[in-house]
Amino acid sequence: MTLAKLKGRARSDKVFVTFAEAVADIEDGATVIIGHFGGPGGMPMLLLRALRDHGARDLTIVGNTAGIGVIFGASKDALRIDPGVLVTNGQVSRAIVSYPIAPGAPQPNPLEEGFKSGDIQIEMNPQGILAERIRAGGAGIAAFWSPVGVGTVVSEGKETRTIDGKQYILEHAIKGDFSLIRAHKADKAGNLVYRGNMRHFNVSSATASRVTVAEVDEIVEMGDLYPDKIITPGIYVNRIVCRPRQFRGK
Amino acid sequence: MKQKLDRNTIALRVAREFRDGDVVNLGAGIPTLCSNFLPEGRKVWLHSENGVLGYGPLAQSEEQDPNLINAGTQFITATPGISFFNSADAFNMIRGGHVDITVLGGFQVSEKGDLANWILPGRGSGNVGGAMELVTGAKKVIVAMEHTTRKGEPKLVKQCDYLLTGVGCVDLVVTDLAVVKVTEDGFLLLETAPGYSPEEVQSVTGAPLTVSEKLKEVQI
Repeated sequence: MTLAKLKGRARSDKVFVTFAEAVADIEDGATVIIGHFGGPGGMPMLLLRALRDHGARDLTIVGNTAGIGVIFGASKDALRIDPGVLVTNGQVSRAIVSYPIAPGAPQPNPLEEGFKSGDIQIEMNPQGILAERIRAGGAGIAAFWSPVGVGTVVSEGKETRTIDGKQYILEHAIKGDFSLIRAHKADKAGNLVYRGNMRHFNVSSATASRVTVAEVDEIVEMGDLYPDKIITPGIYVNRIVCRPRQFRGK
Repeated sequence: MKQKLDRNTIALRVAREFRDGDVVNLGAGIPTLCSNFLPEGRKVWLHSENGVLGYGPLAQSEEQDPNLINAGTQFITATPGISFFNSADAFNMIRGGHVDITVLGGFQVSEKGDLANWILPGRGSGNVGGAMELVTGAKKVIVAMEHTTRKGEPKLVKQCDYLLTGVGCVDLVVTDLAVVKVTEDGFLLLETAPGYSPEEVQSVTGAPLTVSEKLKEVQI
């Protein structure tokens, strides 16, 4: 295969110039899947900031955390934005999460406050089951039998079945209206490559929504990414937005 | 001389359980310290839920990369053979039985091997994280924790009061005072901290300890 033959400048309707326009049609009550793990790596920080500024309310957010308030290891000139900006701004009514409380933090974070006051519902998931529910949502699988959490509160209210002598609980797929994800580079077809271990929840989150928006460090022409290296094919990606220079690679 | 194991020494003792070629997943807290005490001459493949296999010791400040972290969001280093993947795959590895050992923190471990480690009363929703998958899928579950709470209450108990992470899942517990194996007959005391008698360990343990015939002091 000669890659040179695949190269070509093309107009792309996937490229959005500003973060604001990339999230402008997120409506009140939407379900938004937020690709992230917890640290600064692989966090769609500028999309989250744009969604905060946009102000859509009554959101259901889906992701590993709902913002831990502190982004560990972020240096002074780096961004410090996580899903907590939506919670603090009163935009979240429901959070489908696995790790919502900042470890070791003496003060309750905004999500805990909202949970205690009853303003925010929390649906707690084992972390890998959350990843798999999102993956299933993007893969057309309605639900799956999971061995995780049998005999714990996680299994309460869920269907159970014994298969080959072992007990399983039924976990349902999650689909979103919008997925906000982070990748390293995109081409104009929306194909994505990642850096280091920033793939975590981004890869499954990219697949599971009606509209997927990717925040990247660089947008290149079609053909400039090696097909062998593409992790998320452009079929899953509707919008790509490039970070301004000072925030690239952070 | 009496000597409790400090957090690093607990991690050091746990890391001696790692065999050559083992895939090991380390939970938050004391367990992450194990990455600094990998046994020499053995290749241990450290696995993390955020999608990395084959990382090394924690990174020093000059080599910190936001895209090279463990699930506890600590900066880590790469070792030859490292690979990256997404979290759905990371958990396929765990549930699918491809992880040999997991080391987790604990609030309570019962004599039946039940583990409670994700929610304390009064802390709202708690954090499940990846622990439920790890205790379900890893071949061996080691808990590294203090022997008692800050108030001196036993953490090795007959039955857990806190909400469970997993049922009958713990194989070995390493604390600042002892190394305890969970057997079908309850807790088996294998090792004590230097200078501590089995009776002293029993006095701060909430369930009966059977003393191993091969009882020894932890080698520090």
